[in-house]
Amino acid sequence: MPPVKSINDFVVKFANVNGSGSASANEMFARSILRMGVPVTSRNIFPSNIQGLPTWYEVRVSGKGWLGRRGGVDLMVAMNPQTWDKDIASIDPGGYLFYDSSRPIPLSKFRDDITIVRMPLTEISNAAYKDPRQRQLFKNIIYVGALAQLLGIELAVLEQLIGEQYKGKDALIAPNQQALRMGHDYARDHLAGICGLKIERANEVGDRIFVSGNDAAGLGCVYGGATVAAWYPITPSTSVAEAFAKHCRKYRTDPQTGKNKFAIVQSEDEISAIGTVIGAGWNGARSFTATSGPGISLMQEFLGLAYFAEIPAVIIDVQRGGPSTGMPTRTQQSDLMICAYASHGDTKHVLLLPEDPRELFEFSALSFDLAERLQTPVFVLEDLDIGMNDWLCEPFAWDDRRCFDRGKVMTAEELEAGKTFGRYLDVDGDAIPYRTLPGTHPSKGAYFTRGTSRDRFAKYSEEGAVYQDNMQRLLRKFETAKSLVPAPVVRRAKERAKNGVIYFGSTSPAMNEAFAALEADGIHLDTLRLRAFPFSDAVLDFINTHDQIFLVEQNRDAQMRSLLVNELGIDPARFISILHYDGTPITARFIIAAIAERIGLKSKEAAE
Amino acid sequence: MTYIAKPKLRHPGIAMNKLGFTHRDYEGSVSTLCAGCGHDSISFAIIQACFELNIEPHRVAKLSGIGCSSKTPDYLLGQSHGFNSVHGRMPSVLTGANLANRDLLYLGVSGDGDSASIGLGQFVHCVRRGVNMVYITENNGVYGLTKGQFSATADKGSKSKAGGSNMDSPLDLVSMALMVGATFVGRSFSGDKEQMVPLIMAAMSHPGPAFIDIVSPCVAFNNHAGSTKAYDFVRAHNEAVNRLDIVEPREAIKVEYAPGTTEDVALHDGSTLRLAKLAADYDPFDRIGAMNYLQSRAAKGELVTGLIYMDASASDMHANLNTVPVPLNRLSEKELCPGSKGLEAFNAAHR
Repeated sequence: MPPVKSINDFVVKFANVNGSGSASANEMFARSILRMGVPVTSRNIFPSNIQGLPTWYEVRVSGKGWLGRRGGVDLMVAMNPQTWDKDIASIDPGGYLFYDSSRPIPLSKFRDDITIVRMPLTEISNAAYKDPRQRQLFKNIIYVGALAQLLGIELAVLEQLIGEQYKGKDALIAPNQQALRMGHDYARDHLAGICGLKIERANEVGDRIFVSGNDAAGLGCVYGGATVAAWYPITPSTSVAEAFAKHCRKYRTDPQTGKNKFAIVQSEDEISAIGTVIGAGWNGARSFTATSGPGISLMQEFLGLAYFAEIPAVIIDVQRGGPSTGMPTRTQQSDLMICAYASHGDTKHVLLLPEDPRELFEFSALSFDLAERLQTPVFVLEDLDIGMNDWLCEPFAWDDRRCFDRGKVMTAEELEAGKTFGRYLDVDGDAIPYRTLPGTHPSKGAYFTRGTSRDRFAKYSEEGAVYQDNMQRLLRKFETAKSLVPAPVVRRAKERAKNGVIYFGSTSPAMNEAFAALEADGIHLDTLRLRAFPFSDAVLDFINTHDQIFLVEQNRDAQMRSLLVNELGIDPARFISILHYDGTPITARFIIAAIAERIGLKSKEAAE
Repeated sequence: MTYIAKPKLRHPGIAMNKLGFTHRDYEGSVSTLCAGCGHDSISFAIIQACFELNIEPHRVAKLSGIGCSSKTPDYLLGQSHGFNSVHGRMPSVLTGANLANRDLLYLGVSGDGDSASIGLGQFVHCVRRGVNMVYITENNGVYGLTKGQFSATADKGSKSKAGGSNMDSPLDLVSMALMVGATFVGRSFSGDKEQMVPLIMAAMSHPGPAFIDIVSPCVAFNNHAGSTKAYDFVRAHNEAVNRLDIVEPREAIKVEYAPGTTEDVALHDGSTLRLAKLAADYDPFDRIGAMNYLQSRAAKGELVTGLIYMDASASDMHANLNTVPVPLNRLSEKELCPGSKGLEAFNAAHR
């Protein structure tokens, strides 16, 4: 097997030990390629652990700009003896193994169909540094320097990144740059010409940014006007609350008084968190919580209350592998059903399905408008893949003419003028009633909020007709939601396509790549990307105008298929599910193989 | 819950407070609780306290969970917004409401079933977070709506109406509130209006987490011989450590006490709390002492009532969070959204 030769199109995987300080070095490596104008996508594969267990960082370099996980490894940077065998086995034939050769490793532990790149990292680091922690940290920088030389990444780019990273801690710049050079020079002197993988300067990145979804969600909540956040730590959503706090400190602290235009409560559990969000929403503040599947399970009772009592609330759900504790550090799209129909009794909830950090920023901000307009909980369903990885996406933008939609809140002036107030009265025909905020008017507009059945004027009633009247209005309100939530995005194949694909969320980059590859192979499929629940009529049109629909999801039970079948009354046989749920992000290879197999079967059937 | 509104007739000679409100303006719907229920006396005491304090009814938000006690906010302050939330979770809802608008008076009404079992976690965390509120538990030691099961505050050995004995140790919410940082703690008895009204008034003037546990016998399921939450038993074992009187500035003192037995405490709203000591050795400003006293008296089977503890220099959650003085629910996009300019730096930092 000849060594792989490739320019700007390969996968580098780092195998490290959790807590060894490798994360920032690896990220710097990825960023340096971006600065060379070459698109990359990176993924953290990490355990539920603080120190000691294996962790991986995967960088896909794609000059063509494909941002999904590719699968396979061309260059393995094997820094973790614990996972050696598995890591060596995962390298594609013809690929490269870069490892720390300070300690001898038996020949039987290698493969003969890959190129071995040996570098005595520990020896080099130990010779240069005395402090054990420094030895560890600089070892990471040394290998980044060596990789830069092997792959042709300009040293000046990395030196600048170091300068930016340690801005304000200037004492750290010189030693890091020195370690970088140490690695670079060793590779230049001992490993020249060994690696067939190269980075060549390009201009394919443009003004795109490299950002994680949870950071984007936290910022989106600032832009959406959230003033109250209540949350309970849970992977992979914790960094949403942390990002919100970070951005609030920057943007929401009064420069004169130092006072905060926000309140963040770390609640005692997820039940309390959603209770606080609902209390704040009831009282007219934009509020949200961030959680993951187990938290959604705990919040069920309160979510039913917010639905029935019609209280705005935003829930950012960073989905992870379920059920139960499941795979807490792996990704899935498996909270669709529990969010769409959260709580006992008949309920339906609005879901937003962002495809990347950029859309997550927008949807997080938008969710507050929707929650207040519709007076109901709104779920922003992202996942670990979007949330905890840096994605290359369009820069964030904001239209300064945009105003918050605070929904139907009756003011003291309107009450004073004698406007009829019925808390659950449909005045405008859109099934959205008016609400009043506590403390508005001395003698008008007060009402009692409750989770029990009540009439249009908020008076307690268990009469069947009164109850049904209210439940029917809630259904009509959900119809109204269809016209307010983000519309699906349809993409037409080059040639007229009989069949279609429906997908959503973090499947986007893999699907984009699969679409192009299938087109190139003459398999033409129209695609529809769902961006919200409830489904608009465009979704039904798309399904009705295609013979078969491939439905791509990252869960075991085809939950989106259940939602589509249930809500749109579609014959289940119209859907062919493509399900990827092993906890890793879905790949284009997986989608292409699944679709090609089905199309192949079909053409075979047709031929017979 | 009731849908029966009270008739709007008004006696011409009815007393008005400084704001021109009558007692009637602080009432709510007709109670649907059992005749003689202690909870109705507590509702009345709350109404009286609001009337005396000249509180604008619509500036109160009343929140509750689930149970007989949690129904009572419907029976008082009909001009206030109310929120009957889910079982045991009122504290978190109240916390959120308070965060959204720090300018209202937050009244949490709960019971022993709601706060001492499913809601125990939320109760203590809400208190330890320092939420500025008046949190009242109407404590009858029994589940009324589900017909007579023991609650977690039932004393060990107390008899149920059906004849069983409670074998579990009781939870004392007053001790818990003291332990987790309530800066105003009181206990009272629904049969003692003179004690309840000033205690609630003082709690309403307190700028931090104020908790009052009010033993409120359940006439339907827990008012029999052998129950430690029955009217007769509580009367016989009630040990009031002090009497309170709220004195407004420059107003005549209503009750005369023997010299040396009273203490005046300035309250947050400018009025004065006159404290008449009934137990000479009891100091309601000593938290540790109060905890010791409660335990030693409880061991003797006595129920300590009155102002148990007060920290006159208390602050609240908003102070801890350093929030702006204007209610958060009044901030507009101009104050909240950093706009396109704010994104320039963010985008640049992520390239």
